Amino acid sequence: MKRFIARRLMQGVVLLFMVATIVFFLGRLTGNPVDLMLPEDATAEDRAQLTQTLGLDGPLSEQFLIFIGKALHGDLGTSIRMKQPAAEAFFDRLPNTLLLIPWALLLGMMLGIPLGVVAALNRGGWLDRAAGTVAVLGVAMPSFWLGVLLIFVFSVELGWLPSSRMGGPQHYILPVITLGTFLVAGFMRITRSAMLEVMESEFVKLARIKGLSETTVIWKHCLRNALIPVLTLWGVFVGNLITGAIVTETVFAWPGIGRLTYEAVIYRDFPLLQAVIILKSILILSINLGVDILYAYVDPRIRLA
Amino acid sequence: MSDTPPGDTVLDVRDLHTHFFLRRGVVKAVDGVSFSLKRGEVLGLVGESGCGKSLTALSLMRLLPKGGARTIKGEVLLGGENILERTPSEMREIRGRRISMVLQDPQTSLNPVFSVGDQLREAIERRRKGASLSEIMKEAVAALRRVEIAAPEQRIGQYPHQMSGGMKQRVVGAIAISGEPEVLIADEPTTALDVTIQLQYLKLLKRLQAENGMAILFITHDFGVVGRMCDRVAVMYAGRIVECGPVKQIFEAPQHPYTRALIASVPKMTGPAGRLTTIEGQPPSLMDLPQGCRFASRCALVEQRCLDAYPASVRVGEEHTADCWRVTPP
Repeated sequence: MKRFIARRLMQGVVLLFMVATIVFFLGRLTGNPVDLMLPEDATAEDRAQLTQTLGLDGPLSEQFLIFIGKALHGDLGTSIRMKQPAAEAFFDRLPNTLLLIPWALLLGMMLGIPLGVVAALNRGGWLDRAAGTVAVLGVAMPSFWLGVLLIFVFSVELGWLPSSRMGGPQHYILPVITLGTFLVAGFMRITRSAMLEVMESEFVKLARIKGLSETTVIWKHCLRNALIPVLTLWGVFVGNLITGAIVTETVFAWPGIGRLTYEAVIYRDFPLLQAVIILKSILILSINLGVDILYAYVDPRIRLA
Repeated sequence: MSDTPPGDTVLDVRDLHTHFFLRRGVVKAVDGVSFSLKRGEVLGLVGESGCGKSLTALSLMRLLPKGGARTIKGEVLLGGENILERTPSEMREIRGRRISMVLQDPQTSLNPVFSVGDQLREAIERRRKGASLSEIMKEAVAALRRVEIAAPEQRIGQYPHQMSGGMKQRVVGAIAISGEPEVLIADEPTTALDVTIQLQYLKLLKRLQAENGMAILFITHDFGVVGRMCDRVAVMYAGRIVECGPVKQIFEAPQHPYTRALIASVPKMTGPAGRLTTIEGQPPSLMDLPQGCRFASRCALVEQRCLDAYPASVRVGEEHTADCWRVTPP
């Protein structure tokens, strides 16, 4: 297990370097932040001076080496727009996103896993087809559309729920539904297919031979085995949520890292964009490693191998 | 444990029909099977792959595979009551407690994510309702010891993947008999085991049976195992039992041509080594069975009457019957 973790950490470092390279060069393609910061009639001297202040003057390769060098020392630069260390800006906003994600995951699992089990038990029946329709809708609806639709219905028309910004529990409902709908569908589909496979196993037959109740056979013997692929999805989904929150947070004006990413792109805030992407990558890598370790608890074959 | 005195019939299967209803047609996998099982007896059910042995077993357990299998006719009398008429929840009470089963492949019979102790506990709990956990675990250790697993105290916390195939099959055996059933169905329990382990497992089954007097329906395709294990044997072909009798009589004087061919195809350890005997041809399709004898197309002694009608069961000895036109009562 220790060697496994060490290997994964090494892979993570390589991956982070690649991410940093890509985000550095891709970011520059969005244009020059100086254009956004100075009025249109600014003189060439003003522009040159600001460019120098922002460290955007030298050749690109030189800028890149400076960036990597600083990053290795833990310095991800200063946000152009917020005049604050980029990493600090990220960690200021991170808690707001993290407040959203567990609820979305919980919604996804609480609905998706039982729906998947029910669909598998009624394979080919109307319940299965209904659940399948829900799944297709959930995956097909883009979150920017669903978010706006929810705001329209529940905030504008019915006036039941707030449409934006953070606040009390009622502020969470719409963003969580927007984030979670996609997950319900994903969890349902993976649970269904895993259950169908497990239900055919010989050990399920033996559980019935023992005379166990159908509830025990399905929800204990089958589901525990079916949860192994579900757990894999967990890692993918948390990654999706962190990145996917960009749209949802923008729609609901939620001050998390998703909206921070959006702002960094819009304002061509290169240091902030680089910091946000790199820190998100670190987050996703750690979550995936965490899930792999968590596997071991569900599946003793991994734990003891 | 059963209250039935030895020698009494515990299981009586009468004219059992289990068919698969598929879109392409009806597969008559079990098509009129009758046999009985006495307390303390081992009855072998022999036949080649696909003849309906396993489906017969699953019909008795009422655990038919999904996908159109239904028992449409017949009776399964367990201690005199027809369990085919029991409700699903009544049937759950019967399973494990009165009739139980050992499956073929020990590698897949145990749930990989629960410890051996957990899986045993579930079976024991049903018999010992209200017993404390420590009492049940003590019993689980004893159950493992009974199936000759060394150091059961350590093994109880282990997971299936930490055990060898032979050991897993012992655990499956321990689980199957932990409810002290009257009837144990063993569906090719040694087929997936190494030859060296097979004999040990058979001896173990024999010993357990002697200890608690359960009746065993032993399903196999291996006549060698029949000779070692069984008191009586029923030979199954294309969904029906074609010959049934005491092992000694069947070995010494097989009546049905199919039985004779099966016995002849068992490789012999003595005498000159020759080519292995095989039975020419293929069994008939279970979807399109002939109206006459089902073995007719492969039988060397076939006559017109064999093709016209299915022969009646002929009683050739006290407990020995055969379904063949050429057989005459003594």
